[in-house]
Amino acid sequence: MTASPLLALAPPPLAGSLLAIAALLALGPLAVLTFRSRLSSGLIYILAFVASVTILVAGATHLWRSDSVESLTLALGLPSLGAHFRLDALSAAFLVIVDLGAAGACIFAIGYGRHETARGRVLPFFPLFLAAMNVVVLAADAFSFLMGWEFMSLASWALVMTHHRESENARAGYIYIVMASLGTLALLFCFGLLAGSGGGYDFAAMRAHSPAPVAAASVLLMALIGAGSKAGLAPLHAWLPLAHPAAPSHVSALMSGVMTKVAVYGFIRIAFDLIGAPLWWWGLIVLLVGGLSAVLGVLFAMIQTDLKRVLAYSTIENIGFVFVGLGLALAFEANGLTAAAALAFTAAIFHAFNHSLFKSALFLGSGAVLEATGAREMDKLGGLIHRMPATALAFLMGSVAISAVPPFNGFASEWLTLQAILLSPQLHEWPLKILVPGVGAMLALAAALAAACFVRAYGVTFLGRPRSTDAADAKETDFFSLSAMLSLAVACLIVGVLPGLVMDAFAPAAQLAVGAHMPAQIHDRWLSIVPVAESRSSYNGLLVFAFALASMAATVLAIHWFASRSLRRTPAWDCGFPNPNSITQYGAGSMAQPVRRVFADFVFRAREQVDMPAPGAFEAARFRVDVRDRLWDALYAPIAGLVAFVSDKLNYLQFLTIRRYLSLVFASLIALLLALALWP
Amino acid sequence: MALTLRDLLVQGAQMALVLIVAPLLTGAVRAIKAHLVRRQGPSIFQPYRDLARLLRKEATMAENASWLFRVAPYLIFSATWIAAALVPTFAAGLVFSWAAALLAIVALLGGARFFLALAGMDVGTAFGGIGASREVMIAALAEPALIMIVFTLALIAGSTQLSTIAEFMQTPAVGLRVSLALALIALIIVAIAENSRMPIDNPATHLELTMVHEAMVLEYSARHLALIELASSLKLVAYISLIACVFLPWGIAPAASGWWELAIGAGAYVAKFSVCAVALAVFETSIAKLRVFRAPDFIGAALMLGLLAVLLRFVSQGL
Repeated sequence: MTASPLLALAPPPLAGSLLAIAALLALGPLAVLTFRSRLSSGLIYILAFVASVTILVAGATHLWRSDSVESLTLALGLPSLGAHFRLDALSAAFLVIVDLGAAGACIFAIGYGRHETARGRVLPFFPLFLAAMNVVVLAADAFSFLMGWEFMSLASWALVMTHHRESENARAGYIYIVMASLGTLALLFCFGLLAGSGGGYDFAAMRAHSPAPVAAASVLLMALIGAGSKAGLAPLHAWLPLAHPAAPSHVSALMSGVMTKVAVYGFIRIAFDLIGAPLWWWGLIVLLVGGLSAVLGVLFAMIQTDLKRVLAYSTIENIGFVFVGLGLALAFEANGLTAAAALAFTAAIFHAFNHSLFKSALFLGSGAVLEATGAREMDKLGGLIHRMPATALAFLMGSVAISAVPPFNGFASEWLTLQAILLSPQLHEWPLKILVPGVGAMLALAAALAAACFVRAYGVTFLGRPRSTDAADAKETDFFSLSAMLSLAVACLIVGVLPGLVMDAFAPAAQLAVGAHMPAQIHDRWLSIVPVAESRSSYNGLLVFAFALASMAATVLAIHWFASRSLRRTPAWDCGFPNPNSITQYGAGSMAQPVRRVFADFVFRAREQVDMPAPGAFEAARFRVDVRDRLWDALYAPIAGLVAFVSDKLNYLQFLTIRRYLSLVFASLIALLLALALWP
Repeated sequence: MALTLRDLLVQGAQMALVLIVAPLLTGAVRAIKAHLVRRQGPSIFQPYRDLARLLRKEATMAENASWLFRVAPYLIFSATWIAAALVPTFAAGLVFSWAAALLAIVALLGGARFFLALAGMDVGTAFGGIGASREVMIAALAEPALIMIVFTLALIAGSTQLSTIAEFMQTPAVGLRVSLALALIALIIVAIAENSRMPIDNPATHLELTMVHEAMVLEYSARHLALIELASSLKLVAYISLIACVFLPWGIAPAASGWWELAIGAGAYVAKFSVCAVALAVFETSIAKLRVFRAPDFIGAALMLGLLAVLLRFVSQGL
């Protein structure tokens, strides 16, 4: 492609990004010094916005010019290693994903952050969080990667704990930090195995030699645990719906929309780049985990009554979609079907990109609602479309996009994932042949349930009548928050109408990861996307959009000319018995009831209990629903019990005398030396 | 492929055709049902009169209805119209069929339902909520079943484009296949569920607690109601055309065919259309409505059949 003269003047993207990261790091201390001032919030967010946009431009420039790989080694980090940074197509693609969401969150926060009561707990960590995510994406050695990763976890943990006096947040923070540590530990093992006995912690050294099959399989599993737990894959997802909603909303948007993508990046970097050639059953595992996450995520999203928690569970679903794409890509690559692998990989990364757009928009929207009404519980909301029309519009566009309604972007990437599934009869292995249709059905179910879930979330929150006085008195949010939400929502539409452009931009990343890329889409007739061949399947967002607009315009005109134009406002009809009490509307619980019933025994272990007062008694009847997460009971509860038991026992070590501590240290030293001496 | 006048005419005719026959289908099914139960039913042209009457009336709207309530009928109608117009009725090789393959048609219908359910919740009445919550539950099971059927067809015909599928289905290469039979049964179940027909929902009822579709549109009147009624007729047409073009593909004029073949295609379409209308009426008359919470078993069967069909295609090329 030709580079415009303007781009040629820009600094090298990698150096520019690192400078911007350094600036973000410097914003942390600046925030500590200035957070008491009223102006500080706006200033920090504006500067963070500038830094994010700088990195965004750097990443986009790299992708656009199809630059060669840039590397840079700084004399930081471990003495013998240094800090390696590298900007290749994969990093650049994720820089775009990360910083697009980050920029949106920063603009939102310029307005939203003004009302934050605990500014000192948010402002210092926010830029550090952004910097850490960018460091992970650019790191080219295990040490910098893990430093960035851990920094990202800790900064986001601090942000989750912003309002730590609410007991629910404290619990969320605790579970989050435990799971994050577990994830980092898994990644540490993973890099240890990749480095091998030579200790080459540089990514280039890892790429150079591929580990033995057993080690490679362990690396994959560890990467799946480490990165997957951060991304929210089932069954390691339990922390996510607790932690993401607990943070301030712009941070929730970052955690759900962006940090999960950094985790996806970590998995891709390890599984597609560092390990070497994949084996077919890796794809099997990733597919299974992805499919399960998609269905479980959306089912639990469907029954939540807290708006932000609905969004958090739906993140698990979308990450499931992404990992199904990645699993298919691994399976295709192992079978030598590189064109199909490129399709599946592009679908995954495209969906990750789309999810970062609409999930950020939705979380920001929920933040605006929270700010206007003070409520996250959907049963205290309702009717906000009248009082917050612009927020309602942005949230509607986000909901339509996430429900995969054409011509929005969610449909384009889910369509592409399904196309990849349609290619999979070419796979040779029988277990894959049997599993892939099942995963396809899971994705179809998840997509359909997602639409149900967002009908419910939008309908209960924004439509109907207000269920509390706070919702009835809500005011539209400020200019900055609105512009952030609306621009993300409009981006969803633009990407959905012109999906070929984005897919072409991600082609170099696919080339790097699976050794092939999809045919260029930009030259296809009227910007259609054609994954394989036109006789097979094609989709044209632009035409669908144009068709929809044209037929709507024709309908409106026809109605205008031929039909009566008069309109009268009357009380609601409601079969003749309208009840003015707002609790007679369907609420969050009742909207979920049909789906909850259908999946009651199998997934939720739901127990419904109705306490009817005796005939003649005057107290109210009570209805109780009890829903349990089987995974929590089967997996987390025993582990939590074990951890509590062990820490209880270890508590003894806290009260030793200095003599005993010294002998303990001495004994462990001897033990370690012995182990070293006896090691073959 | 350049746009020719003929292609545009065929596509335009298709758009007009589905719009014109949609009320006729509804009327015909009602008339046949009435005849079957020995009632003196209305004429089959009654739906046209109903639509004309609705269009003339003054619209009333609940005081707290939002802009979404007013916009939704137009969105629902146009999405359904596009979807119906992209399913080949009398001629394959529709000029815009490559713009939206079968999966996109499914998603367009899903989009229409999304807005219909939201519109049901907009006024904040209990009936709107009950309809919306049940509709999305039914759709959440029917849509994956439909996607599985699409997968089966795509794996057999090697394409998700309906024009290509329809042409492939006319060739001897298709043969008799188990997966196709499973897909047909599943598609019929899905079509019944998605169109709110018996035994999932009763299109004629206004008994409060059994309504699904009617409960959602309870607050609509006049021109808005007309659009929604027309959209649901169009949806039925879309599904019948889909079944006809995939499983009864005979007579569909191939791409770049002459006027004579187009005329044969139109004749064949009318015949298939009448057969389906009679079959639907007979089926609806002979079955009782299911309780709402039995419906998932019925639609779940479609999902399982669809999955089985896809699985068969994955493990064997011949089945």
